[in-house]
Amino acid sequence: MGDSEATLAVHEPGLKHHFDDSAQQFQSSTLGMWVFLVTELMFFGGMFGGYTVYRNMYPDAFASTSHFMNVPIGAINTGVLIFSSFTMVMAVRSAQLGQKKVLIAFLIFTLLLGCLFLTLKYVEYHEKWVDHHIPGPGFQYADTRYFHQAQILFFLYFAMTGMHAIHMIVGVGMLIVLISMAARNRFTQAWYTPVEMIGLYWHFVDIVWIFLFPLLYLIGHTK
Amino acid sequence: MTHPVVPIKTYAAVFGALLALTITTVAVSKLELGEFNFVAAMTIAVIKGTLVVMFFMDVRRATSLTKLIVGAGLFWMAILFVFVLSDYASRGWLPGPRWF
Repeated sequence: MGDSEATLAVHEPGLKHHFDDSAQQFQSSTLGMWVFLVTELMFFGGMFGGYTVYRNMYPDAFASTSHFMNVPIGAINTGVLIFSSFTMVMAVRSAQLGQKKVLIAFLIFTLLLGCLFLTLKYVEYHEKWVDHHIPGPGFQYADTRYFHQAQILFFLYFAMTGMHAIHMIVGVGMLIVLISMAARNRFTQAWYTPVEMIGLYWHFVDIVWIFLFPLLYLIGHTK
Repeated sequence: MTHPVVPIKTYAAVFGALLALTITTVAVSKLELGEFNFVAAMTIAVIKGTLVVMFFMDVRRATSLTKLIVGAGLFWMAILFVFVLSDYASRGWLPGPRWF
């Protein structure tokens, strides 16, 4: 018994035995996460491609919809998401330094900002519902020339911001998991890979919004 | 784990730049620039996206293999947009029957 124990290799904490060292393990996780994010890029790319085609076909109809978008809420939500990316990166930094309480605080802060984003999104969706700007039988549009074409933009608006919001909800769920893991002392300075990986996901969702905001809210420029 | 910890100052500077660019993109959208409104909006969005990818997602310090994957993703996006636009933009250039 004593002999077999003596021959066991001593691993760094958190290191899986099929990796050479923690650095290699971390690089593999990062690479895998990026492969996933590239599939996400392709997924959103399809919708951005559809947007490109229809905006080229109906530039005037698309421009006319900007008048009915809530630009202040859209701009504030952009700020909220950027702020949440900052708190997320600070959470990763706290994990690197092994500061458990600061890590949990920043994760909760990020979670609250994510919820604030979704709440403001709800306010906007409700506004669209009241204004009959949801494509379908109940759709109404002030400029009757663009009745059909504007619906395409509103359809893209709900499809793209809706898919983005679903990604936010998934991100919020994963933040709750991270907070619970951190509270149970699952992370150490040597192993905090989930914080870093969910961070990558969170920033990706932020980047999608960075492109959605000008494309959906700021098409028509004269106001 | 493998990289030195980034000072808070760097992250705060990137955060400040992203907020400033958001305000810029709203301000520029109110100017009458014709076609350049779209160019300006997309230029600002690309700068913001690059800042997030390089600093918050730490691709500037990632391995070459990770950088290759990121680059390949962007290259495939470029293929998507170039081919879609070369189709729709060139329709009607040639005489003949229209089938669309």
